[in-house]
Amino acid sequence: MDAADTDARTGADARLADFERTIERDQRIEPRDWMPDRYRSTMVRQIAQHAHSEIIGMQPEGAWITRAPSLRRKAILLAKVQDEAGHGLYLYSAAETLGADRPELTARLISGRQKYSSIFNYPTPSFADVGVIGWLVDGAAICNQVPLCRSSYGPYARAMIRICKEESFHQRQGYELLMTLMRGTEAQRRMVQESVDRWWWPSLMMFGPPDAESTHTAQSMAWKIKRHTNDELRQRFVDMTVPQAAALGVTLPDPDLRWNAERGHHDFGEVDWSELKRVISGDGPCNAERIEVRRAAHEDGAWVREAAAAHAAKRARREGEAA
Amino acid sequence: MSFDNALGAIAEDNDEARWAFGTGFHDPLAGIDASVPDGVDGADLAAYCLMLGDDALVMSHRLQEWCTHAPELEEEVALANIALDLLGQARLLLARAGAAMGTGQDETALTETVLTEDALAFFRDAPEFRNVRLVEEPNGDFAHAIVRLLLFSTWRLALLDRLTSSADPVLAAVAAKGVKEVAYHRDHAALWTIRLGDGTEESHRRTRRALDVLWPATGELFGVHEVERRAAAAGFGVDPADVRAEFDAVVGEVLAAAALPCPAPVPAEVAGRGGAHSAALGALLADMQGLARAHPGATW
Repeated sequence: MDAADTDARTGADARLADFERTIERDQRIEPRDWMPDRYRSTMVRQIAQHAHSEIIGMQPEGAWITRAPSLRRKAILLAKVQDEAGHGLYLYSAAETLGADRPELTARLISGRQKYSSIFNYPTPSFADVGVIGWLVDGAAICNQVPLCRSSYGPYARAMIRICKEESFHQRQGYELLMTLMRGTEAQRRMVQESVDRWWWPSLMMFGPPDAESTHTAQSMAWKIKRHTNDELRQRFVDMTVPQAAALGVTLPDPDLRWNAERGHHDFGEVDWSELKRVISGDGPCNAERIEVRRAAHEDGAWVREAAAAHAAKRARREGEAA
Repeated sequence: MSFDNALGAIAEDNDEARWAFGTGFHDPLAGIDASVPDGVDGADLAAYCLMLGDDALVMSHRLQEWCTHAPELEEEVALANIALDLLGQARLLLARAGAAMGTGQDETALTETVLTEDALAFFRDAPEFRNVRLVEEPNGDFAHAIVRLLLFSTWRLALLDRLTSSADPVLAAVAAKGVKEVAYHRDHAALWTIRLGDGTEESHRRTRRALDVLWPATGELFGVHEVERRAAAAGFGVDPADVRAEFDAVVGEVLAAAALPCPAPVPAEVAGRGGAHSAALGALLADMQGLARAHPGATW
């Protein structure tokens, strides 16, 4: 080994030590800091999947915008779905700080090489689904995402603060819609219960497989890009939701759900993990439809993006000639 | 912002103002006397507000249909934002129409009451809608959406600008809020018209086709319905014929910059303002009103 090699190795070791020290001290890694390739690629995957989830997540609720039964609910829903597009934009921007490219990430989503949250593969046949998604799905997302406001990757952590604020609004609005429906007619109350029956178990699946089977957890915890295990977050969500369900007057569809005074937590039944596997692997009720809508929007919009680029180039040329 | 206090930052109660709707709604009518002024006919004021409100409601619906189908994420945000502004205008105008109308039968046909924005939006049939037909045309491609937005917002901005001095203080306040919004919509549409017209061969061809398809509907923007004539004479409305010169000048300038030919003016006519609509409006209303009508009397 010659001297140059030794110097390079020492340099690499020193950079890794710096990186680990930054994480150790709970400080943030910033875009221009050195980072291990695997940290970079793991962060790109995590942020891109989150961005994809925001964009695909516009579809199930977006389907109710034109049909919302009051103008106030229509405005709230339209504003919420618009927020999700905005979240997708910040998150793609955060991924770009790691050298990822938005068109490439979109191509990976459309081709199925990158995933999005499996919850958005369930259909929304009822308007009560808008409220239940706000309450349960956004509630579960908040449990997952609040710890990410302390992610070791700075741009992601900062994006998550704004996103979590907006998500907590969405959750309150969803719950307020359900409260209104529960105070309404018998038909409206039935709509809410029927919707809760469909969304409860998929919401629990949003925290991922049980810890014993989770593949990414250990490294992600060491890098502080994940702060709590799947099972810890799932338990937190159940404990938070049970009293909310009682206040609402709906029944959560789990006969094993009960308070365990010894643990200080609610016990709950076993999630059907084969269903989660099926939906993640592409066999959920709406997987094909969700990707098809995204693919069609992207492909149908290609001529628009080309026109914008061509026009910008023409202007730049004309300005260059004028100068 | 301290990252160790992320939870605290999220819980901060400082973001109410960001919400245009629901919480923290800025009421443009705060402090304004909502009674119908002397010299203004309540029925005419109501009919006139319905016209402007229905234009906004139906146009907003067509923009809502773009949601999740826009050519890029920035446009998802922009089109949804424009749809929200128009929905906000529709709500204020329908509410004003309901108040000026006096009482009417609600959707259950049992109660005499002041009709709400929702009673008017969800429980009228197509022939009772008073929007111009330009806004009810089904969506086409993105060039169609942009050209329609250019034509609609150029016309509407000219109307709202004049309505800021309406003899009805409520309509004047609604117009003052709307002018700021629609000026942005027109600007957005103009910039896109120029990009598409002066972009690629394909975008030029599509934009020209959209103009050919939509232009015949512009005659209706300047037709004068009896209610509009009386509203203008009474000082609370605008004679649409008066905004034609401004419309022609602005649209002409944008089309020239977009390297698109400006079609010849279409003779003025009255159609949607009198309740004559295409089949497209019926289909749009079936989508919009179906759930509300399945639960008459319910609160959402």
